[in-house]
Amino acid sequence: MGQAMQGKTQARHTPSERALTPEVQVSLRVNGVERRLLLRPWTTLLDALREHLDLTGTKKGCDHGQCGACTVLIDGRRVLSCLTLAVVNDGAEITTIEGLVTNGELHPLQMAFISHDAFQCGYCTPGQICSALGLIAEGHAKTSDEIRELMSGNICRCGCYPNIIAAVEEVMQEAPP
Amino acid sequence: MALYIGTATSRIDGFAKVTGAAKYAAEFNVPNLAYGSVVTSTIAKGRIAGIDRSAALNVEGVLDVLTHEHRPAMADNDQAYHDEVAPAGSPFRPLYNGRIMFNGQPIALVVAETSEIARFAASLVQVEYETDSHITDMYREREGANSVKPPANPIEALFTPPKTRGRPEQALAAAAVRHASEYYVPVEHHNPMELYASTVIYEGNGTLTVYDKTQGVQNVQRYLCGVFGMKPEDLRVMSPFVGGGFGSGLRPQFEVVLAVLAARALQRSVRVVLTRPQMYVLGYRPAMIQRIDLGANTGGTLDAIVHDAITVTSQYEDYFRQETGWSGLLYQCANAKYGHKLARLDLATPCDMRAPSAPTAHFALESAMDELAIALKLDPLQFRLRCYSERDQNNDRPFSSKALRECYRQGAEAFGWDKRNPEPRAMRDGSDLVGWGMATGMWEALQMPITVRIVLGANGHAEVACATSDIGTGTYTIMAQVAAEMLGLPLDNISIKLGDSSLPGSPVEGGSWIAASVSNGIATTAESIRDELLRLAKQMPDSPLANAASNEVALVDGKLVGKDDPSRSVSIADAMRHGSVDRIEQEKTTNPANDTSRAHNTHAAVFAEVKIDEQLGVIRVTRVVSAVAAGRILNTKTASSQILGGVVWGIGMALHEESVIDHRYGRFMNRNFAEYHVPVNADIHDIRVIFVDEPDDSNPLGVKGLGEIGIVGVAAAIANAVYHATGKRVRDLPITLDKLRL
Repeated sequence: MGQAMQGKTQARHTPSERALTPEVQVSLRVNGVERRLLLRPWTTLLDALREHLDLTGTKKGCDHGQCGACTVLIDGRRVLSCLTLAVVNDGAEITTIEGLVTNGELHPLQMAFISHDAFQCGYCTPGQICSALGLIAEGHAKTSDEIRELMSGNICRCGCYPNIIAAVEEVMQEAPP
Repeated sequence: MALYIGTATSRIDGFAKVTGAAKYAAEFNVPNLAYGSVVTSTIAKGRIAGIDRSAALNVEGVLDVLTHEHRPAMADNDQAYHDEVAPAGSPFRPLYNGRIMFNGQPIALVVAETSEIARFAASLVQVEYETDSHITDMYREREGANSVKPPANPIEALFTPPKTRGRPEQALAAAAVRHASEYYVPVEHHNPMELYASTVIYEGNGTLTVYDKTQGVQNVQRYLCGVFGMKPEDLRVMSPFVGGGFGSGLRPQFEVVLAVLAARALQRSVRVVLTRPQMYVLGYRPAMIQRIDLGANTGGTLDAIVHDAITVTSQYEDYFRQETGWSGLLYQCANAKYGHKLARLDLATPCDMRAPSAPTAHFALESAMDELAIALKLDPLQFRLRCYSERDQNNDRPFSSKALRECYRQGAEAFGWDKRNPEPRAMRDGSDLVGWGMATGMWEALQMPITVRIVLGANGHAEVACATSDIGTGTYTIMAQVAAEMLGLPLDNISIKLGDSSLPGSPVEGGSWIAASVSNGIATTAESIRDELLRLAKQMPDSPLANAASNEVALVDGKLVGKDDPSRSVSIADAMRHGSVDRIEQEKTTNPANDTSRAHNTHAAVFAEVKIDEQLGVIRVTRVVSAVAAGRILNTKTASSQILGGVVWGIGMALHEESVIDHRYGRFMNRNFAEYHVPVNADIHDIRVIFVDEPDDSNPLGVKGLGEIGIVGVAAAIANAVYHATGKRVRDLPITLDKLRL
């Protein structure tokens, strides 16, 4: 065995310690439920969901707004939750993947993703579905090429893009915005 | 009778994945969890002269800063760090000592009450280095590259170049038409969507439950037991869901070592999540320079193949795969010679990345074949058919099956290859130049020893367990399909347990071998269940199966049924009730047949269309047809997705992907999704996957596996299409618009 650590580790709290900005009250309405949190202001909405509310359906793939895995809906619009702080969303209505099932029934997009095999590893999937929800609500995409373009903020490394388009198109045709 | 094998069954884990219920390594939340943030080296080579932890330790909420000088004990010998798939050498030991072997090396772990505090404090750790000069440019090390060592055992022989056959130099000199060129593939990174992470749960009795992002829970468990001197029963490794791997999770990675170190130091549960940039030292597809020299006769067949490769490895391990042997395996050619050298650089060791060596080798070979076909004034597909190989000439043996000819035929027909104008720049669509290219792909059909446990309940439900992984490949689903069919039960009555080191043994999930291994493993174990049911059924009074032998009965629709006389049957429930058992449990190990008398391979024919804006040089891959021969397809839906994904990877390899090193610092510069380009939705257009029939008797179910074959040949088909569109041959990937200069 190599070097052993000297002494038992313990938390160090000295008078000179570097204090952090105090926690603040944040109130989020998540999937229709009022959630009150005490958070430091630097906490992203993504980390608030995953680490403080145990809503781990929203994924972290880059933490820099480059991959789309963390996409949620804020007041109905798709937003990258890693690029927004929880505190600035005080009072906002947030929908995550966990909020799409109603009375045990999957949302049509969720069903279409399963039937078209629009995922493999599943890690980008909640972000893809939330992004597609936002896309449909925006109403800008009319053609396959436009869907492709407007879904391009959501990377799928497994390469399921054609199946994602098929799933989104099917739902758009069934329920035009 | 419900048949499931071969059907387009939706993923049984689909509900969990579309609802967010599927939990990945960083998503197991437990009380009193501490968070680790990794500090990495900013030099490529040298020693740590000192680490000042004081500023970090002084931050409110910081629990500890682990370094090589301040950490719990770890093993001090290479053997302990040598995992199941480690190459020869001296494996990297995270936080072991002050030696720096690559830029981005983990050198400290800050542990704090929250991830934000840990990350902030990590920025305050001060490191002083004694810096040595480094080399990370393979062109600078080209002359210093050494040939790979001759194989010391049969495993190494899989990766070292095959022996020379015939007289290749003389054949080249005498060839009527020759083509020789050099091809370059840069470093590429896997970039699975999920960040590498471990959640280590410190159980009250000192045992650990480790949720890790890995393609092999038992490989990680054995490794951690070695590194930390722990007993297997005290350390359980789980990965029920894995957010992509592509090879990066075959070897245990440093996040799990650091998380276990911290959990043992603090006697507390700890989570470590890497950042995307930190993942660029976990392994990569090695950069490579390949030279191919082909000689053909006037009849348009190959007389000589000489294929030499130089690939990158680290200073401490010899990573390489079978880079050159594909050439003489794919085509009929009496004379062939191969060489493989390794360039040692001050980088982390490369690792397997989707079909390791095959897409790179095929990029070189299939580009060269295209160039030679043009020199011979032959259609590229016709040339390949003339060179079609019916035998594995590297080892002088037949193939167990090879339906590549049918791939060519069906692929060409679906693509419309016969309408191709052979002249470059002859096909247009408005202002776009149109190019059609094709290439062949080849991969291995492997099977590994595996153990499967099945527990059948009297209620007709069965649990199937094996410590394999589902990294998105569809393993959960094919396991359930095979079990349902073999046990004669509805799919919904099957539950699958995997991704848990406490389950029956499995190799790592890689090399396309899991589908063949686990499906045949389930078949074997299901036969034992059937035999046990038959034993019980025979004991029943007036049993209709009293004289039946085990090979005369099958499980169908919840009953044990005579194969020749279905009217003779006993229900599973009756047999178990009469036998007074409420469960039947069988656990069986299945070994592959070890049939070395034949070659076992999958094949693909890839046809690609590109459209290139003549003014701007922007390349779009507008159509791809991939026709695949891969034995029996267990699930046409998930299998098609795997090939689709492979094609998308091939498009990325051809046009986008390149990890760029700043050689002044020996550091990858584009360590993020904004600068390391992978295909996005707008890059992907029409992709058609065809599976051709290919009966194969290498294993009872005839399965070959297909995680890798989808990518092989795609980059070459696109490069060939780009040449056809523009008349420009690009031999170094990726084909970016600046290289076209139309």
